[in-house]
Amino acid sequence: MNVMNAFSTPSIENVAHNDDQATQKETTPNAYVRMEDVGHCYDPTPDGPMAVQHINLDIYRHEFVAVVGPSGCGKSTLLRMVAGLLIPSHGEVSVFNKPVTEPRDDVGIVFQKPNLLPWLTVKKNVLFPLKHKYGHVSLEDKKRADELLTMTGLASFADKMPDELSGGMQQRVGIVRALLLNPDILLMDEPFSALDALTREQIGFDLLDIWRDHPKTVLFITHSISEAVLLADRILVMSKRPGTVLDLIDVNLPRPRTAKDMNSTRFCELTETIRGHIYEPHSRA
Amino acid sequence: MNHTPAPKAALHAPQQSHNSKTTASGVKQWFKKQGYRFAPWLFFISLLILWESICRLGHVPTYILPSPSSIINAFFNVSFSRWMVHLWATLRVALLGFIVSILISIPLSIALIRSELLNRTIYPVLVVIQSTPVVAVAPLIIVLMGTGDASRVLITCLITFFPLVVSTTTGMLETPQELIELSQSLRAPRYRETWQIRIPYAIPHIFSGLRVSITLAIIGAVVAEFVAAEQGLGYFIQFSTSFFKIPQAFAGLVFLSAISLLLFKSVHWIQAWLFPWSLPKKK
Ligand SMILES: Nc1ncnc2c1ncn2[C@@H]1O[C@H](COP(=O)(O)OP(=O)(O)OP(=O)(O)O)[C@@H](O)[C@H]1O
Ligand SMILES: [Mg+2]
Repeated sequence: MNVMNAFSTPSIENVAHNDDQATQKETTPNAYVRMEDVGHCYDPTPDGPMAVQHINLDIYRHEFVAVVGPSGCGKSTLLRMVAGLLIPSHGEVSVFNKPVTEPRDDVGIVFQKPNLLPWLTVKKNVLFPLKHKYGHVSLEDKKRADELLTMTGLASFADKMPDELSGGMQQRVGIVRALLLNPDILLMDEPFSALDALTREQIGFDLLDIWRDHPKTVLFITHSISEAVLLADRILVMSKRPGTVLDLIDVNLPRPRTAKDMNSTRFCELTETIRGHIYEPHSRA
Repeated sequence: MNHTPAPKAALHAPQQSHNSKTTASGVKQWFKKQGYRFAPWLFFISLLILWESICRLGHVPTYILPSPSSIINAFFNVSFSRWMVHLWATLRVALLGFIVSILISIPLSIALIRSELLNRTIYPVLVVIQSTPVVAVAPLIIVLMGTGDASRVLITCLITFFPLVVSTTTGMLETPQELIELSQSLRAPRYRETWQIRIPYAIPHIFSGLRVSITLAIIGAVVAEFVAAEQGLGYFIQFSTSFFKIPQAFAGLVFLSAISLLLFKSVHWIQAWLFPWSLPKKK
């Protein structure tokens, strides 16, 4: 299929990739993204308040990890550190055994707001990362953008301006833009929180489809517990500021997931557990 | 202006059609619509008529308040070519000063954004220049630089550059942090961050600044002409006043305001033509 060509297999050796989604847990023993006692303090003075601390987390290749936690607990900080936009003041983040010291080429970021450029058409917005990084785009890149837009059902909007699109469509364009460079790691910071509930659910399932067809390592920050359970393989629950790991939960719901899963007992158990952590942070920590 | 009241007219229409025939209400609605459309003009014309009648009935001397008719008369008593000479003199200085101002302010703003050191050192100087009354400095500039165009252009620049610097820097600083992070995460060169993200984001702000500056440019040119000039609309007004040709001075003033308004509108048209996306959305 044409669309499949849009994603060349990332050229990292020794990583056996398993296409079978139901057995997603059978990843290589080596962690792909590794956080070792990561902490960060924005205040440069010694003994300044820590935004996050003692984060130990191994994310396997092509795993979908969600992060939930109260506002201000340092979720975005954590994401920035994985993106290489922020160097942690304590500990170390490494990707494939290489410490992250600057932004990497294989990382795509989706923000809470679509943050499209209002003076560019949808297609040019999608192509923007390439244009911005290299100064020009090739015909091949344009073809790839077209394929991605077709895949996400946005083909007929390619030449529209962003403000002619609904919020949900704009966010889709934001996701397509992050996928353009075919990143192996997709970082999403509350990507759906500006959307209405219905759009939010739909776009979540669409994301799962994309992820199934073109596996990526996803770090997904959300405020919605049910969204985290519905999408993720594992959920990192963080405590209030200074953010630490309260719990790391294996979701273990079969894939592909549908809206029906939200009625299952496992789903309710999981949401209850997470809710418990967030509302009584000291009972379990 | 003509369009805003239209929905209101539509809102009122159904109430009236309640007990009258549809055609009648249609006609009524049409009249209402046209009424709204021409209301500003009607108001303006009534003001002129009121002004005219006060002058005539009250026997107000023309050197205190000339009537609109005497102003119009005075306007046509001055030959077209004379108007053009004065207009060109003022417009030349205003536009030259405006363009030089743009050429200085925008690179300066970029430098201020990119360098914290420049921001800390140059910005206070800019504020000091801005807060010095140009009217007071203008004679000094003429003494220093002579009575040529150069000194008039400099006076115009001094008056116009600051709003441009403020609006450009404000716009560039309002760029969403996420887009800057996107640029950083791509490790794109810094100049592309400026040209592909920050400057376009500043366009709406830059144009607000340009609209303020273009009217200030006219003021700057007139101030310069008040100090030293043999041509120009400012000079024309001053000269007419000193010879007690008050209606003629008023005619010059009206002409100057019309030009100012036209330039202001032109900036808007240029924005709509080059950067249609940067205009506020129509409802
Ligand atoms: N640039 C910064 N400089 C100083 N402190 C910061 C900065 N960014 C975040 N912080 C602080 O670090 C803490 C964590 O912020 P962060 O944005 O990571 O939280 P968050 O979990 O993403 O919150 P939210 O759910 O509201 O997005 C907050 O207390 C915040 O005040
Ligand atoms: Mg956040």
